[in-house]
Amino acid sequence: MLKRRKRSILAGSALLAWAAFAPAVMAERIGDAERGAEIYRKCAACHMVGAQAKNRIGPHLNGIFGRKAAALDGFRYSDAMRRAGADGLIWELDKLDAYLENPKALVTGTRMSFAGIRSLDDRHDVLAYLRTFSDKPRDIPEASPTAVAHEVALAPEVLAMAGDRDYGEYLSSECLTCHRKDGSDRGIPAITGWRNEDFVVAMHAYRQKLRPHPVMQMMAGRLSDEEIAALAAYFAALE
Amino acid sequence: MTLNRRDFVTTTIGLAASLAAPMVMAAGKPRVVVIGGGAGGATAARHLAEASKGALDVTLVEPTRKYYTCFFSNLYLGGFQEFAALGHTYGKLAADFGVNVVHDWAVGIDRDAKTVSLAGGGTLPYDRLILSPGIDFVDGAVPGWDITAQNAMPHAYKAGSQTQLLKAQIEAMPAGGVYAMIAPPNPFRCPPGPYERISMVAHRLKQINPTAKILIVDPKEKFSKQALFEDGWMRHYGGMVERVGPDFGAANTSVDPAAMTVDIDGEVTKVDVCNVIPAQKAGRICETAGITDGNWVPVNPHTMQARADENIHVLGDASAQGDMPKSGFSANSQAKVAVMAVRGALTDSRVFPAKYSNTCWSLLGTDDGVKVGAAYEATDEKIASVESFISQTGEDAALRKQTYEESLGWYAGITADMFG
Repeated sequence: MLKRRKRSILAGSALLAWAAFAPAVMAERIGDAERGAEIYRKCAACHMVGAQAKNRIGPHLNGIFGRKAAALDGFRYSDAMRRAGADGLIWELDKLDAYLENPKALVTGTRMSFAGIRSLDDRHDVLAYLRTFSDKPRDIPEASPTAVAHEVALAPEVLAMAGDRDYGEYLSSECLTCHRKDGSDRGIPAITGWRNEDFVVAMHAYRQKLRPHPVMQMMAGRLSDEEIAALAAYFAALE
Repeated sequence: MTLNRRDFVTTTIGLAASLAAPMVMAAGKPRVVVIGGGAGGATAARHLAEASKGALDVTLVEPTRKYYTCFFSNLYLGGFQEFAALGHTYGKLAADFGVNVVHDWAVGIDRDAKTVSLAGGGTLPYDRLILSPGIDFVDGAVPGWDITAQNAMPHAYKAGSQTQLLKAQIEAMPAGGVYAMIAPPNPFRCPPGPYERISMVAHRLKQINPTAKILIVDPKEKFSKQALFEDGWMRHYGGMVERVGPDFGAANTSVDPAAMTVDIDGEVTKVDVCNVIPAQKAGRICETAGITDGNWVPVNPHTMQARADENIHVLGDASAQGDMPKSGFSANSQAKVAVMAVRGALTDSRVFPAKYSNTCWSLLGTDDGVKVGAAYEATDEKIASVESFISQTGEDAALRKQTYEESLGWYAGITADMFG
């Protein structure tokens, strides 16, 4: 246990180092399913698992691994989740991990009002637990090569970066070809009035190709940390 | 409210006394004239006026009072868009952003005096000129066809009455008749455009005239999104579409508008509709201004300034800039770089490195949308593609539907960006 605690603390600071050490941990197994069952209690109020599981406030999570986002019949997903599913978001290990870490980073506009689980270990333990509710848990890779290549959490200095609004205004002109400045959604989601942090993590998630949309992956892919901060500052301030 | 030219002159003189110009301009506020109110010009005029907050005098010269977008005009042919929905007016540019909108033809540019002359007789002085005139057709590109034949054989490649005419002709085809398209050689406006049009014509004919045939006479070996289009034609309109490429003499094609025949390398075919999309060149005002090289205007990739004249920025289809396709999206993207450059030159606003992007959506059939796009950066030689993507064949129906809905969102977005 002591070892685990220490690892958690390490994990906390390793978020800053983009989880550089994590591959070795993941290669062994996803995490501790028993401990995950404990942590899952906070999820269980909305998400059922197991033989009697059905959709409640959230969809049931049996067989979640490898399933397309928003794919269960009979559950009313948010528009944002349905869009992510159509764009090609598949609940693979790394996507689930990113979603658990910060739901909004992966799917802005998700109905899951959950702050996220900061601890890498805790997330992996929950995922190990969820994995036991898959049809063929054996077929799920213990750690796919991409499983820990990404980390949504950003270094505090990246998150805290003060954006250059003038630069953001210029850069935004590219966004506004498709996204409407008045914040309406006519087939392309609104991006005005987001919290600064939500905007920044979302753009980084596109840049890392965690979020599925090819246009956005391309647009975000060539933005620097400073440019993302500049855009966030501009859009956050739009009326 | 649209200011007429006389009002504009009065206003300029009136304001000149009261407003300090950010740069030394003896005659008052720096003047920017924009020629052409499409995806490049309307975007440029709107953003120049909006961002400079009155520090620049912005005049937009556009002959038509209602502008019909070329993009999405194919969807009208297919029955997916109302014609009226393609039309946009300039009222908000004038009322909300203070652009002086002049409905006239620009017929001459005096680069030494820095003035634009108008068909109506007026003259507009400028400190910077933005040219976004779109395309004209190369004379003699399709033997037998010239612009006087456009009623018998419409091009419908400048949206408006030509688009309506083509749709009427398609809908009046006899049962089992032939629609022929003479496709243009590269480079031309909207690379997927002719092929999206084929999809839309096929969609309409399948509804009203299912035994009709579509013949594409194409001088090019290959075309944009070819695999996606051919897959879509097979799935939706199997057997209806035939394409004759250069291997079968398509590059040696002439037409006879009186007889309604197409002659492909000596083989004459009678057709019912003939949609001739000729080879293209920059709008002729560019030639008049003496800034073209061949058919297009070479530009500085960092600023969109004409290589031949740094006081003139050339946007969109008319420019030769490198890797970007000639599209409304590209013109809109280029306009923003030009706006930044012009504001930097004429006011004290900051200048940032140019960034460009483009995405072209095409509709293959009901709820079956695809897209292709790229991001670009400026090098000294050209606007260079740095990353790209394209839809894949075999994508599921949900994604294709979403791509179509996304294109509707883009249309709403770009037209709001252009016209306010």
